[in-house]
Amino acid sequence: MADVTLTIDGKQITVPAGTTVLQAARDNGIFIPTLCHDEKLSPWGGCRLCVVEIEGMRGLPASCVTAVGEGMVVRTASPAVIEARKMMLELLLANHPRDCLTCSKSGACSLQDYAYYYGVRGDRFQGEKHDYPLEEDNPFIVRDMNKCILCGKCIRVCAEVQVNNVIDFAHRGFNTRVTPAMDLTLRESEECVFCGNCVQVCPVGALAEKASLWQGREWELDKVRTTCTFCGVGCNLEVSVKDDRVVRVRGYDNPLVNGGWLCVKGRFGADFADSPDRITRPLIRAGERGEGRFREATWDEALEFTARRLQEIKEQYGSRAVAALSSARCTNEENYLMQKFMRAVIGTNNVDHCART
Amino acid sequence: MDASGNNDMNIKAKALADVLERYGGTKGALIPILQEAQEIYGYLPREIMQEIAKKLKIPFSQVYGVATFYTQFHLKPRGQNIIRICQGTACHVRGGARLLEAISKALGIGKNETTADGRFTLETVACLGSCGLAPVMMINEETYGRLTPEKIPAILEKY
Amino acid sequence: MLDLKEWRDSLQGRLRPGDRPSLTVGMSTCGQAAGGARVMAALEEEAGRLGLQVDINQTSCIGMCYAEPVVEVALPGKPRVFYGHVTPERVPVLIEKHVVQGEPVREWALVQVEDGTVPYDGIPVMGTSPYYGCQVRVVTSRLGLTDPESLDAYVATGGYEALEKVLRRMTPEEVIEEIKASGLRGRGGAGFPTGLKWSFTRQAPGDKKYVVCNADEGDPGAFMDRSVLEGDPFTVIEGMTIAAYAVGADEGYIYCRAEYPLAIKRLKTAIAAAEEKGLLGRDILGTGFNFELHIKAGAGAFVCGEETALLASIEGRRGMPRVRPPFPAQQGLWGKPTNINNVETYANVPFIIKNGGRWFAAMGTEKSKGTKVFCLTGKIKNTGLIEVPMGITLREIIFDIAGGIQDDKQFKAVQIGGPSGGCLPEDKLDLPVDYDSLTAAGAIMGSGGMVVMDENTCMVDVARFFLNFTQAESCGKCTPCREGTKRMLEILTRICEGEGRMEDLDTLEALARVVKNTALCGLGQTCPNPVLSTLHYFRHEYEAHIKDKRCPAHVCQALLVYTIDAEKCTGCGACARACPSGAISGEKKQPHRIDPALCIKCGSCMEKCKFGAISRL
Repeated sequence: MADVTLTIDGKQITVPAGTTVLQAARDNGIFIPTLCHDEKLSPWGGCRLCVVEIEGMRGLPASCVTAVGEGMVVRTASPAVIEARKMMLELLLANHPRDCLTCSKSGACSLQDYAYYYGVRGDRFQGEKHDYPLEEDNPFIVRDMNKCILCGKCIRVCAEVQVNNVIDFAHRGFNTRVTPAMDLTLRESEECVFCGNCVQVCPVGALAEKASLWQGREWELDKVRTTCTFCGVGCNLEVSVKDDRVVRVRGYDNPLVNGGWLCVKGRFGADFADSPDRITRPLIRAGERGEGRFREATWDEALEFTARRLQEIKEQYGSRAVAALSSARCTNEENYLMQKFMRAVIGTNNVDHCART
Repeated sequence: MDASGNNDMNIKAKALADVLERYGGTKGALIPILQEAQEIYGYLPREIMQEIAKKLKIPFSQVYGVATFYTQFHLKPRGQNIIRICQGTACHVRGGARLLEAISKALGIGKNETTADGRFTLETVACLGSCGLAPVMMINEETYGRLTPEKIPAILEKY
Repeated sequence: MLDLKEWRDSLQGRLRPGDRPSLTVGMSTCGQAAGGARVMAALEEEAGRLGLQVDINQTSCIGMCYAEPVVEVALPGKPRVFYGHVTPERVPVLIEKHVVQGEPVREWALVQVEDGTVPYDGIPVMGTSPYYGCQVRVVTSRLGLTDPESLDAYVATGGYEALEKVLRRMTPEEVIEEIKASGLRGRGGAGFPTGLKWSFTRQAPGDKKYVVCNADEGDPGAFMDRSVLEGDPFTVIEGMTIAAYAVGADEGYIYCRAEYPLAIKRLKTAIAAAEEKGLLGRDILGTGFNFELHIKAGAGAFVCGEETALLASIEGRRGMPRVRPPFPAQQGLWGKPTNINNVETYANVPFIIKNGGRWFAAMGTEKSKGTKVFCLTGKIKNTGLIEVPMGITLREIIFDIAGGIQDDKQFKAVQIGGPSGGCLPEDKLDLPVDYDSLTAAGAIMGSGGMVVMDENTCMVDVARFFLNFTQAESCGKCTPCREGTKRMLEILTRICEGEGRMEDLDTLEALARVVKNTALCGLGQTCPNPVLSTLHYFRHEYEAHIKDKRCPAHVCQALLVYTIDAEKCTGCGACARACPSGAISGEKKQPHRIDPALCIKCGSCMEKCKFGAISRL
């Protein structure tokens, strides 16, 4: 596609035609705040925080939905733009709980960050605020619609990524809310699969992982990149850890695998890590079969024991007496190795997998 | 439920099925279908919206979003007669608020409420477009113009 | 094949049989609201009782809403006389004098249309009457004069001449050129040149294209579209058909608000009649041109007057606007190129094609051509629907056509353009009515609502009224409109209740400026206009509310003070009995007094007092 040259804040920039002004600015290190924009979701243009001044255009267009034009002259921080952004933040804060002290999003909240950046206290307007009940009737997600800024990202992620369409905007104007049909809760809707991708895109504290509440402030968390162990897809994770405990799991944006999105297991199933039932050492049966008595062994001992027993069985009963059942929780590579081992070393095709049926 | 009630339900269900059949495959049919469904049931019950969503293969959340966006749609049963008082500019400057007050007083109900006997529901509407006769109101399909609070009781009598 | 000329010729003399008197009742929504149906029944009964051979018909709104119900009486070979304020009680006299004795009842007559006959003495002739003298009726030329449900009547009065001309003798490009030459600009509010808009859709790539008529007239105080749809639905349909040919569309939608059941009914009747005669549908007039037209009833959302919201609504979604570009001309209904105009714009098209773009461009001002339909409402003597050439002054409209202010009170302001428009004060009365002058003054042309306000109208209350409206109609998508209108309304309400602070005015101004600059759609971008224009022209009223805790127009209830004049009070006690809060006390036959702490300012006492002893300050 042809290139377009424009000027942003006095800087000449050349980008492919069709690029948004927002993208062109960000690609060139120019800051523009956004709340409803997510490059992985369809454009929305609703929060109006990304407004800029463009010569020859009426008012202040939203840069996230304005395409670059040849010779365009853009100002991202003119007095009118700053006034508008401050006002927008004032308006959002006027209808937002003042509980940043204990809000789980504090430290990672876009609204908080922008308010600080622009020096907006949020006390310019006193008036009606929403008073919705806290929704916490499911084990995974807590929804506080009083904190919702109606950016609609959760709706778009549910429709465009999860393709589940559980939630949509309902009612209108000041009373607009994001909700399942009939103003039910996610649980009552009986449609939500609790993938939690909505929580991940929420720029404020309206959606939160229930298990993470009160488990650590944002700045106390160590972020560890890893791979999900629940299945062979290999979704990339960003696991937040505090004091050696998994506090929260989010998708890591690896476009080759999961693009940052997760399912309910990967996101909310991390509690097994700290479970007392979890087997962390090899065990060798100590009593009779079925008796349930095991003793701890070293890896060397366990491997040596397994190899020896397999060999004995193969010699005594033949290769076809051995079968292997592998797991969807292993990686592709591990599953490949398992079948290779069975065929080449043991000499049997008795290979199966828990996900086959 | 007695037999006549059941019968009534069946007639309504049949009417809705006809509507869905008639719009089958028509693009953008959700709003007209909701309008006709409301004609049949008097309001939009949950199961009906759910059924429409299923038939049109539209998410239920989206049907609900549409039903709550437009003021014409009602999610609760309404009275037999719908009074709609115009709140337009011309009615406002010619005393529309006093009209609302008078009717509210006469019926003992507020805006968007229904009388205990189910005879009237009181609603307001942005503008009925009969500004030359302001202030105006509509009862069902009938428009009344040049109203004064004194004229109200006689009009309500008729319903 | 349908031969229009033959048809038209065959209708001459048949529509208005020369040998029978005719009685015609205005039966638009407003005519019906004023009791038109009862008058019609009375006419039928009286004519039947006397055994008269008369035709009793209905027509639409002639535009004199103040005089509804309006009845036209026409005797063979005589002028058509229009009577106002007709009641069933007046019907026997009317029939006896005019129909039986042949003498019009002059004191009840409003106007006469002579149509080549000798006019009666003592009744104003339409073309020179005070109400119609300044008007130029193009779009409204059939209103109140023909039966809107009769295709015969439409064709007999020149209907479908334009479509025939277009389909048989003009290329689509020539049609667009003709519209461009006329200088017609969109009558829905923003005033975009219509010919240019059509050419965008024409040039947009794509096999499937649509034309859409925006008949979602939601402005409170406006009923132009309703009147035209109820009074001459065929003109709109013909205009849309011509537009479809010009832009290359074969399908169209009329999106009409559900609050207009009669307009929808008449449109349906008209579409069916046109289809039956092969003037809509497949192979129109045997030219191979196809055009299918549907009606969509709105469901109650003002924002659907915004074109992208309107399209979303036709598609069956929430009427939330989206960002433009892409404009509907590129990507409209279901992603296809779509031309959207409003009712009045389409209604102008057949007249432009028939008479030529130059004829149209000769009317109006340099940049605003043609005529404009307005709805005159509020505190004026003659409320109604008028059509005037662009460039006429507000003063001419309000004082010449509308007859000035009701009860000869003092003019204060005229609100033009509805919730998107502004309030103009007395010193703007000589402003010419055209797109650019109105915008420069802080109002907008809008779709044509004109609400006149007098000394008893509070301008802060008016601003609050409009914000209450836009706040309730905001779709909720963008922050400035959703949250900003709410906060503006709260501030205005505070001021009306006497709780305002001077710094509120600065906040209000700043907020209005930001909402105007940043809102996503036209509704949001223009909704601060009523606030900005009243702050600009009537700031002293705001200040009186804040500083003096006084509402100069005596409207804002919280700021009113009721007092009893001891001199005039007879001590009859009627006020005390009427007071719902027990705030009035006094001995019998002694002057009473009102306790301001208990008074809820309902005004009941003032209404009941027969001696004018109670005053409101």
